[in-house]
Amino acid sequence: MLPLSPTDYDAILLSLQVAAAATLLSLPLGIAAAYLITFVKFRGKVMLEVLVNLPLTLPPVVVGYFLLLLLGKQGWLGSLLNDAGIRIIFTLKAAVIASAVVGFPLLVRSIRVGMEGIDPQLINASRTLGAGRQDTLLTVILPLSVPGLVAGSSLMFARSLGEFGATVIVAGNIPGVTQTIPLAIYEYAASPTSEKMALSLCLVSVLISAGVLFLHESMAKKMARRR
Amino acid sequence: MRLTMQVEKRFGPFTLKAGFAVNEERLGIFGISGSGKSTLVGMLAGLQEPDRGEIILDGECLFSSVQKINLRPEQRRIAMVFQQHTLFPHLSVKNNLLYGFNRCPPKQRTIRMETLVATLGLEGLLHRGVTNLSGGEKQRVALGRAILANPRLLLMDEPLSALDDSLRFQIIPYLRSVSEHFGIPYIFISHSVVEMRLMTDRVLVFEKGKVMEQSTSEQLARHRMGCSQAGYINLLQLHHMTRRNGMCSYRWAGGELLLSASNSGTESGLFELSSKDIILFKKHPEAISARNLLECSVIGLFESGSKLGVELQCGGGVLVAEIVPEAATELGIGVGSVVHAACKASAFRRLASADQKT
Repeated sequence: MLPLSPTDYDAILLSLQVAAAATLLSLPLGIAAAYLITFVKFRGKVMLEVLVNLPLTLPPVVVGYFLLLLLGKQGWLGSLLNDAGIRIIFTLKAAVIASAVVGFPLLVRSIRVGMEGIDPQLINASRTLGAGRQDTLLTVILPLSVPGLVAGSSLMFARSLGEFGATVIVAGNIPGVTQTIPLAIYEYAASPTSEKMALSLCLVSVLISAGVLFLHESMAKKMARRR
Repeated sequence: MRLTMQVEKRFGPFTLKAGFAVNEERLGIFGISGSGKSTLVGMLAGLQEPDRGEIILDGECLFSSVQKINLRPEQRRIAMVFQQHTLFPHLSVKNNLLYGFNRCPPKQRTIRMETLVATLGLEGLLHRGVTNLSGGEKQRVALGRAILANPRLLLMDEPLSALDDSLRFQIIPYLRSVSEHFGIPYIFISHSVVEMRLMTDRVLVFEKGKVMEQSTSEQLARHRMGCSQAGYINLLQLHHMTRRNGMCSYRWAGGELLLSASNSGTESGLFELSSKDIILFKKHPEAISARNLLECSVIGLFESGSKLGVELQCGGGVLVAEIVPEAATELGIGVGSVVHAACKASAFRRLASADQKT
C-alpha cells in the first residue's frame, strides 16, 4: 500500500476534479473551434488557429502570468468580477481555468482530426436530403466525431492532471484548496525528508495518466480504422 | 422538369460556362471526367456556388447572381445519388432511408417507406448496419434514401462507376424506377454511352466546361460510333435460352441467335453486340464459320467519322452494323437493299440477366 496522507488524498481528488471540470467546460468551445477551422471559410482563420494553438508552445508560466493579469483584482476581467463579488485568483476556479487554457489546443487538435476524417460527401448528402447546417452538425458531424471527442477529452484530461506552471501562478499552492498532485509533489520535493511521500504521489500520477492514455490510444485506433 | 441553367464558374485556368434550357423527365449529362459535369450538378444542388448566372427549375429561381438569390441545398428539394454510396456509417439501413423522409414536409411525402422497400428489394436489410452491405446493396440503399426524401428532382452523379461491370447493369432497372415507379424526374451523369442509352432520352454533351451538343441518347451513340474503339453497341434483349450442340440458343425479336456455351447460366437478359462484330454479305454465303446469319433489309444509313453506319431491320429487331464507305459502294448498299448479316457466337456479351439478384 502506498503511504498517502490525508492532504495527498485531497490533492488527488482536487486534481481529478480540476481536470474533469476543465475538460467538460472546454468541450463545447473545443467543438466550436474545431468546427470553424474544419468546415467554415472565413477571414482571419489563420489567426484563430494560431490563437488556439498558442498555449501549446508558450511556457505554461507565461500563460499563467497572462491569466493573472487578466483575472487579478486589478485585471480587466478580474476587476469586473470582483465588483460582482466573484473572486477567481487563488481559488479552485483559477486552477480549472488555467488547466482549461493550457489543455485547449490538444482538445481542438483531436476533434479536428476526427472532423477532417469525415467524408465531405456525407455532409453534402445530408444537405441535399434536407438537413440544414445545424441539423447536419448534430446528426452527422458530431456522431462521426465521437472518437475524436473522446480522444481529445482524454488527452486534455491527462494534460490537466499534470498542469503546474500556470496553476501555481493563478491558483497558488494551498493544501486542500488548490493543491493538485503536481503542486503537492513540488512541495514534498522541496523538503529533504519527504522523498517517500513524493514518490508515492508520483506513482499515483503515473497510474492515472497511463489509464487515461490507454483510453486515448484505443480511440485513436478506432478513428484510424474508420478512415 | 423544366430546367434553365446559365452559369459561370472559374477554377484557376478552367472556366465552366454552361447555358441550356431543357424540358425532360430523364435527362443525361455526358462527358469525360474533368469536363465539369460534377461541378454543374453541384451548382444545381446548391453545393457549389456559381460566380454568376441563373438557375431556374420548374419556374422557381434557385440561384440568381443579379437578384442575389441563392437557395440553400436543403431548400431546393433536389436529392442526389453520388459515385460512392455516402451512407451514414453510424445509422442503420432503416435510419439511413428515413433521413431525408423525416426532413421532408409531411404534405410532400407522397412516397412511403413500404412501397420503396418493396420496389428496391430492401426487405431483408432494414435492421442491418450499412458497413457490411455489398456494393450493390449500398448503392440501392443510397438510391432509396434519395427517393424517400420525396425530391422534385434527383441527380445521379455517376452512380454506377464505383460498381463492377456485372453489378452495374443489374442496378440500372432500380435507377430507372425513379421515374417509372415514383414519377421523379432525374438527371443522370455518366461517361458511358451505353448507360446513357439505358437511362435517358435526351443528352447534353459536356466538354471542357461547355455544353457542346444536345441530342437524343441514340443519336449520341451513333455519332460516337466512328471514333469509338468499341463501335456502336447494339443492345439486345434475349430470352428463352435452350442448349443446342454445345451452344446456347436464344430468342430475339429479330430471330434465333446462337451464343457461346459460357452464357448457359442465363435464362434471359440484356446482351451487347458491337457494330464492329457484324459482317455484311450481299448474297447468302453458302458456308460460313460464324454461327449467326440473318437476312435483313437496310432501313437507314448514317455517317460517323470515317465509318458508315448501316441500320438493319431483321424481322422485328433492329441492328446497326458499321462498314467503310468503300464497302458500301462495292456491295451496292442503299436504303431498301437486302443483305445478310453474320456475327460470331462469341461476339455477344452479357450485360445483365433478369434472373440474377445483386
